[in-house]
Amino acid sequence: MSERIPLHNLSFKERVDRDLNDPALRHNFREAMDFLMDKRKGRFTDDHQLQLLRDRGSSIRKRALSKLPDLLEQLESKLRENGIRVHWAETPEEANSIVLDIARHHGAKTMIKGKSMVSEETELNEFLEHNGVEAIEADMGEFILQLAEDKPSHIVMPAIHKTKEDIARLFEQNLDDCEYTEDVDTLIQSARKELRRRFHAADIGLTGVNFMVAETGSLVLVENEGNGRMATTVPKVHIAMTGIEKVIERLDDLPPLLTLLTNSATGQPVTTYVNMISSPRKQDEDGPEEVHLVLLDNGRTIPYADEEMRQTLQCIRCAACMNHCPVYTRLGGHAYGTTYPGPIGSILSPHLLGLEETKDLPSASSLCGACGEVCPVRIPIPDLLRRLRHEGVRKLKKDEAPVIRGHGAKYTHTEKAAWLSWSKLYSSPAMYRTFALSATLLRGLTPSKMKGWTDYRTSPKPAKKSLHSLVKQYRKQQDQYSEKQAGDKG
Amino acid sequence: MSELFVNAMGDTGNPPEPVTSESSKPRSNPDRNYPDRPDTVYLYGTCLVDLLQPQAGLDALKLLEREGINVVFAEQQTCCGQPAYTSGYDDEAREVALMQMQAMPEDWPVIVLSGSCGGMMHHHYPKMFTGLPEQQQAQAFAERVFEFTEFLVHVLGYQPEDQGEPETVAVHTSCAARREMNVHHTGWALVDALRNVKRVVHDHEFECCGFGGSFCVRYPDISGAMVNDKVTAITDTRADRLISADYGCLMNINGALEFQQHKIRGEHLASYLWERTTGEKHV
Repeated sequence: MSERIPLHNLSFKERVDRDLNDPALRHNFREAMDFLMDKRKGRFTDDHQLQLLRDRGSSIRKRALSKLPDLLEQLESKLRENGIRVHWAETPEEANSIVLDIARHHGAKTMIKGKSMVSEETELNEFLEHNGVEAIEADMGEFILQLAEDKPSHIVMPAIHKTKEDIARLFEQNLDDCEYTEDVDTLIQSARKELRRRFHAADIGLTGVNFMVAETGSLVLVENEGNGRMATTVPKVHIAMTGIEKVIERLDDLPPLLTLLTNSATGQPVTTYVNMISSPRKQDEDGPEEVHLVLLDNGRTIPYADEEMRQTLQCIRCAACMNHCPVYTRLGGHAYGTTYPGPIGSILSPHLLGLEETKDLPSASSLCGACGEVCPVRIPIPDLLRRLRHEGVRKLKKDEAPVIRGHGAKYTHTEKAAWLSWSKLYSSPAMYRTFALSATLLRGLTPSKMKGWTDYRTSPKPAKKSLHSLVKQYRKQQDQYSEKQAGDKG
Repeated sequence: MSELFVNAMGDTGNPPEPVTSESSKPRSNPDRNYPDRPDTVYLYGTCLVDLLQPQAGLDALKLLEREGINVVFAEQQTCCGQPAYTSGYDDEAREVALMQMQAMPEDWPVIVLSGSCGGMMHHHYPKMFTGLPEQQQAQAFAERVFEFTEFLVHVLGYQPEDQGEPETVAVHTSCAARREMNVHHTGWALVDALRNVKRVVHDHEFECCGFGGSFCVRYPDISGAMVNDKVTAITDTRADRLISADYGCLMNINGALEFQQHKIRGEHLASYLWERTTGEKHV
C-alpha cells in the first residue's frame, strides 16, 4: 500500500470511492478504531467522573482561549526569561523559513524530528529537503511513512493504515541488515538501531508541542517512544513548532489536560515520557545549547474571532473523535485529503485552507454526535459541522465581516431553490396535506430508483393513508361509537 | 479511575458518586425537569411517520389515551424542519419550525415519536431563534417537548402488561435519542418491561445506521457502507424482531433489509408496545 499517497488531483468523492472500496484498509481501520475505543472505555469506567473531568478540561481550554493574546504575551516573556527564543509565523511559508534560517545559522545539514502535526501542516520536510537540509522522522509511525513516501492517516497513530507485511517489506528494502520478518519486536529494534545512529549525527532536533504553560514558560511534550526526549536533548539545537492555540494559563491546568489527553487517545493513564522543557542546558547539564519555539497562526485567528467557531481551537489533538467516528472508521484518514482528518479535521481544515478547498468535508457526516460525546474538552463538533454547512451555502450580507474564507463555496441556485420550495410546502399545512394526500393516493407511482438511495436500499413507499387521515378517521369512529352508546342508553 | 480522577482534579474534585453501569434501569435525566402527569398532550407524529408508517402514530395515540391522557393531534403539524437545518438552510428551517410552534400553542407537553425530531425541537429550536423576536416562544416550546419513550417512563411511569408470546428483539436507538435526548435507557426499559421479550444486543449497537438525513443521498456510498454493516450486525443476532423509536433510521435500515432480501423489518416501538399489550398485530 506504499503507493497510497493522498492525491490532491482527486476530488473528495473520488478519494472516498478509492478508499471505501479497499477491503484491507476498511478491515485495518475497523480493528484499530475498535481497539482504541476499548482502551479508552476501559479507563473511563465511571461516567460521572468522566463528565466532571471533561467539564474541567473544557473550562481550562475556554479560559485560556478567552485570554489568548495576553497569555501569548506572558508566554513569550517567560520563555525569553528562561532563555528560549520565540518566533512568530503567520503562514506555513514563514514558519518554514524561520526553521531554515536557524538551520543555516548553525550550518546544519540534518535534522531529526519528533512527531509534529504542525510540521505536516507546513510541509516542512519537503521544504527543507528542497533547501539542502535532510529531515529525518524519528517517531516510529512517521519514520515508516517517510520511508514509504506516504502521509499520516491519523494524528496520533500516523501509520495505522500500514500492515505488518507492508512495514516488513519497507524495512527490508530500506534499512541496512534488515531481513524480511513479520516479528514486530524485531522490526522495531531494527528501526531503533538506525534511528539511534541518526540522533547522534543530527545537527538539529525538531518536535511538536502538546501544551505551552504561560505561567512558567514551559513546553510540554508527551510521547511513548523516547524520540521526543532524544530530539530535545541530544542535538545542539532544539526547535519546537506549534500552533498559537496550544497555550494554557497555569501549571495547575496541566494535570487534568494530560489525564484527558492520554486516556482519550490511547487509554494510557500516562505516557512513557512527559517532557517539560523550560530552558536550554545550564552549566553542567545535558541538553541543547539553544531552544527555539516557532508559533504558527495559519488561519487560526479567523475562527478565534467568532465565539462559536473559537471552540474549534480548544482541541488537544487526542484523536478520540476520529476513533469513534463511523465515517472516519470506514474511510481512513487519507480520503479527507487534509493534514487533520476525521471530525476535528472537518471543522479545523476549513479555517486553515478556506471553504473553497474543503467544502465537502462538513457535509460528509451523519451528525451522529459520537465525536462530540467523547471530546475530552467538549468541543460541540456536530454543531460546528452544521455551522460550516450553513456558512458554505450562504452569501455574505453587504458590509458583513467574513467569519471564514470561502463563504458560499457550496452555494448553488438549484439547491437554494429546492429548499425554498421545501420550506414553502412544509410551512403551509394546507399545501402539505394536499401533497400528503397525493403521495399516499399515488403511492403506486413511487419511483423504484432514487439516486444514491436505491444503490443500497429499496425505495420507501408511502402508506395508503397518512397519519393525518388515520387520526381523522379514528376520531370519527370514536364519535360514532359514543353517539351509538348514548343512543342505546336513551 | 478514582485515583486517576483525584490526581487529575486536584483538591477541587467532588467525591465520586456510586458507579452506574450500562443497564436499562431508567436513570433520571439530569438535563430535564419532568412535569406531573398532564391531562392533555399534543402528539407530534413527524413527517416520516405521517407518510410512511402512520400506524405507529395511531398506536401511540391509542396507547396514550388508554393511559387516560387526552391526546390532541394538531392538524397543522408538518415537519420539524430538521432536513433544512442540518443542510445549513437556517431561514428555510425557521419558517417551518415557526409553523410547528404555532400549530401547538397550548401549554401542553408535545410528545414526539422520534428522538431525532425531539432533539431538533428541544435542543435546536432555542438556538435557531437566538436574538430573534421568537426566542422566548422557542425556549418555552422546547421545554415542553418530550420524546415518546421518556414521556412514558419518566412522566407516566408506564409499565406495559405483556400479552405476547416469547420472542427476542433487537433494538436500534437513533443517535439523537442516545446523544441529544439521552433517552436510550427509556427505550430499553420499555422493551425490558415486557416479560416474554428478551432484548438482544447487536454488534456496534451504539454506532450510527448511516441515515443522517441528506447525508445518505449526498454520500450514498459512505452511508451505504454504514447501513450494510448495521444490517449485518442486526441479522447476526437472529432476533425475531427489530424495534426502534425512530422511523428515520428504520426507513434506512428497512430499505437495506429489503434490498438484501432479509425477512425481518424494523417496527416502531409504539406499534410494538400496542401489539404486545393488546395482542393486536398489524400485518
